[in-house]
Amino acid sequence: MAETPLFALTLRLADNALILGHRLSEWCGHAPMLEEDLALANMGLDLVGQARSFYDYATKLEGKGRDEDALAYRRDAIDFRNVLLVEQPNGDFAATIVRQLLYAAFAEPYFAALSRAKDEMLAAIAAKAVKEMAYHVRHTAEWTIRLGDGTEESHQRAQSALDDLWPFTGELFETDDAERGLIADGVTVDPAPLRAVWNRTLDPIIAEATLARPADGWMQSGGRAGRHSEHLGHLLADLQFLQRAYPGATW
Amino acid sequence: MVTTTTRPNLAPAFTRGETQEALRERAWAVAARVTDPEIPVLTILDLGVLRDVKIGDGTVEVFITPTYSGCPAMQVIALNIESSLEEAGFGLARITSVLSPAWTTDWISADGKAKLKRYGIAPPTDAGPRVARFGEEAVACPHCGATDTTRISEFGSTACKALWRCNACKEPFDYFKCI
Repeated sequence: MAETPLFALTLRLADNALILGHRLSEWCGHAPMLEEDLALANMGLDLVGQARSFYDYATKLEGKGRDEDALAYRRDAIDFRNVLLVEQPNGDFAATIVRQLLYAAFAEPYFAALSRAKDEMLAAIAAKAVKEMAYHVRHTAEWTIRLGDGTEESHQRAQSALDDLWPFTGELFETDDAERGLIADGVTVDPAPLRAVWNRTLDPIIAEATLARPADGWMQSGGRAGRHSEHLGHLLADLQFLQRAYPGATW
Repeated sequence: MVTTTTRPNLAPAFTRGETQEALRERAWAVAARVTDPEIPVLTILDLGVLRDVKIGDGTVEVFITPTYSGCPAMQVIALNIESSLEEAGFGLARITSVLSPAWTTDWISADGKAKLKRYGIAPPTDAGPRVARFGEEAVACPHCGATDTTRISEFGSTACKALWRCNACKEPFDYFKCI
């Protein structure tokens, strides 16, 4: 499938938001307390809202008559371009919180930069999303500190989450040739320099949480090119079930 | 039989020979009365969600902006604008969502903030989400006015609200988050 670089980029942003938003929605009714149930659902709603805006723009860029539902519900795992981090299973509460912190600490400065990029539509969606991601950073930072600097059990769980998820963070800063072309033209922004901002956000949180920052060793990669972990297929089976079983169903 | 016009399907509002500006003002007034389904004391004008109204060739186009990307109230608001304009004789309006510039709590009118407070929701303060962690914002209780309050949850019953408690009068309350 021949895709324009801008369509591919928009789809990646949409898929990141949709898949992470769906992961958070899986907590609905299962969070450790009512306030957290509301918080996780709220953050999930922000992400699904961002995904809808990006998908809507992607359909216009593609111009083949596919609508946002077609992109969300009728593509297979290999066609999804989200980073591997967002499809990782929820695990325990600590794993969900740490995953959200690692993503949001990247997404906030990324969207802040993207809101000043040349592509007007991406900039508009990013300007909206950056405000939401700021809340996600604050909320998950508080929880990471509570868990890390909490009981022996919560500390160990938060540390395990950080260790397990760390190898998925390298992909956040990756680009490919097509994206580098857009970056050179100023249409979008380069995520690589944002690593310094990401570090400045995370390091004090990790320190206050009395957690150990994992070493930047070998990093997992592939989601952005459609090479996913087995988890995504299971997630999509749930997310897409209705439209697969009853194509075009509305209510 | 209706009087003959060149556009027999024109909605009644467009057949009175009003100027475009008069039509626009009337359509604006109708749209501005639509309320937020979650906070019924606030109109979309109070909220700053209503951005513009344009009169096209026999149609009205209304521009609204979402408070949060995933705010489910937007669909209801769009439907209510459509039906209000239809009732007012404007036919089927077109609702367009604009994202830029991004909505901010600064757009809630002073009147809107006063209405929020009377309704029991603390209006947004000037502090954004970047203030210190662990809730060091000073939010005044909308019931008794005390500033000795505690944040219970960053996220409340809707995307735009957080849950707080007043340590003076012991009442819980919603706080309209500042973005």
